[in-house]
Amino acid sequence: MKYTEEHEWLRVEDDVIVVGITEHAAEQLGDIVFVELPDVGTEVVKDDEVVVIESVKAASDILAPIDGEIVEVNEMLTGAPSTVNEDAIGNGWFFKIKASDLSQMDDMMDEAAYQKFIG
Amino acid sequence: MSDLKTTVLNALHRELGGKMVPFAGYDMPVQYPLGVMKEHLHCRARAGLFDVSHMGQVIVRAPGGYAEVAAAMEALVPVDVAGLHEGRQRYAMFTNDAGGIEDDLMVAHRDEELFVVVNAGCKDADIQRMTDHMPGCEILPVTHRALLALQGPEAETVLEAMVPGAGAMRFMDIAILTSDWGDLWLSRSGYTGEDGYEISVEEDRVEEFARALLAKDAVEPIGLGARDSLRLEAGLCLYGHDIDAGTTPVEANLGWAIQKVRRSGGKRAGGFPGADILLPQLVSGGGRRRVGLLPEGRAPMRDGTVLFADEAGGETIGTVTSGAFGPSIEAPMSMGYVLTDLAAPGTTIYGEVRGKRMAAKVASLPFKPANFKR
Repeated sequence: MKYTEEHEWLRVEDDVIVVGITEHAAEQLGDIVFVELPDVGTEVVKDDEVVVIESVKAASDILAPIDGEIVEVNEMLTGAPSTVNEDAIGNGWFFKIKASDLSQMDDMMDEAAYQKFIG
Repeated sequence: MSDLKTTVLNALHRELGGKMVPFAGYDMPVQYPLGVMKEHLHCRARAGLFDVSHMGQVIVRAPGGYAEVAAAMEALVPVDVAGLHEGRQRYAMFTNDAGGIEDDLMVAHRDEELFVVVNAGCKDADIQRMTDHMPGCEILPVTHRALLALQGPEAETVLEAMVPGAGAMRFMDIAILTSDWGDLWLSRSGYTGEDGYEISVEEDRVEEFARALLAKDAVEPIGLGARDSLRLEAGLCLYGHDIDAGTTPVEANLGWAIQKVRRSGGKRAGGFPGADILLPQLVSGGGRRRVGLLPEGRAPMRDGTVLFADEAGGETIGTVTSGAFGPSIEAPMSMGYVLTDLAAPGTTIYGEVRGKRMAAKVASLPFKPANFKR
């Protein structure tokens, strides 16, 4: 797993990358009540706003961590957004992306570095 | 350095794992480890304990007793204070010359005095207002008592076991009961739509009392986050959001709080700030109105969302003043102001969220029917 400073995790699965937010981020956001996912087939550039999540507190954007094409989204979150709080690094994933430049992952944090990052 | 004030229970909130935020100048818990959603549901299912000590408690007295105090208060609020029976409380609002709301408050007839509870953010101004405009009255801010709210269907059972006599009170009754934690000033009321109590306790006894309540299986501490979603489901206004100096009680759909005796044709009609505007408005209805809104999707429409009559184009018809997800109704909910022509329940209007207009239906308030013991 790789981690971004935006508190996303990326897991390489065959030729796509699964993206979600960390347990730390989910806890900070509080109970998540709404998730708006991108359309499958959308071409995104790193730092594009791709997902909107609303918690009991506020709305937040999830940014694309890498360039590529959205190839699958987790439809389950539309009906059960609290899955993100319950299982952030498992069933609470947001989307899968086919990355156009995997080298963008090189600078991302590993688990140890992320733990240090969140202190 | 922080300039935030604290309540006497600040250390207890921290010990309980409260996440502290600034609110109305106070350092207050927005949530505890249970989280907003579960705290909300727990309060509706069992009982929740809230620290509302930041609110202002004030006693008003006069040489002429209650009649004199009530007459003086009626010069500041459009509410029947003189007719309030001993041991009863009611909702009121301070108005300004434009008919706008300077604060909303509870007034209670307690023996020969008036006991008043006002919002934290307005209390200094309210005390000044009463001092300046209630001649002959003594305005006595209550400085050494904390205020708790115990709300939910099990509140009565929990409190009666600790403070015999609490269970016999009805909705909007007030009483002073002696207890193991000193004299408690109780009112059977709250701001969640649930049955329950607000309890004024001596500051040096309140932590012990709060711990005794929290030791009960039915009771969990509840933060400001759930307090907000509970009051919004109950259709209740938050001062500074849903009502303010620029909104009148009629526009705010609070006309029910203005009794007949203070309206045109009543025995004590008018005589409060803004009466020349409010009395005709009670008849005409005013140009805009506070309504409930149920968005059709799952996305909440938050405070500030601009409202339109049509899916595209057209002028704005109003604004959302509170919006959140309702854990008990399992749907997003909002309150806001719309043009009176569009205020009928069932009317479809549109809120602009992230550049897109989303449909919402005007809905009757409360979203969640109240559970009071009348």
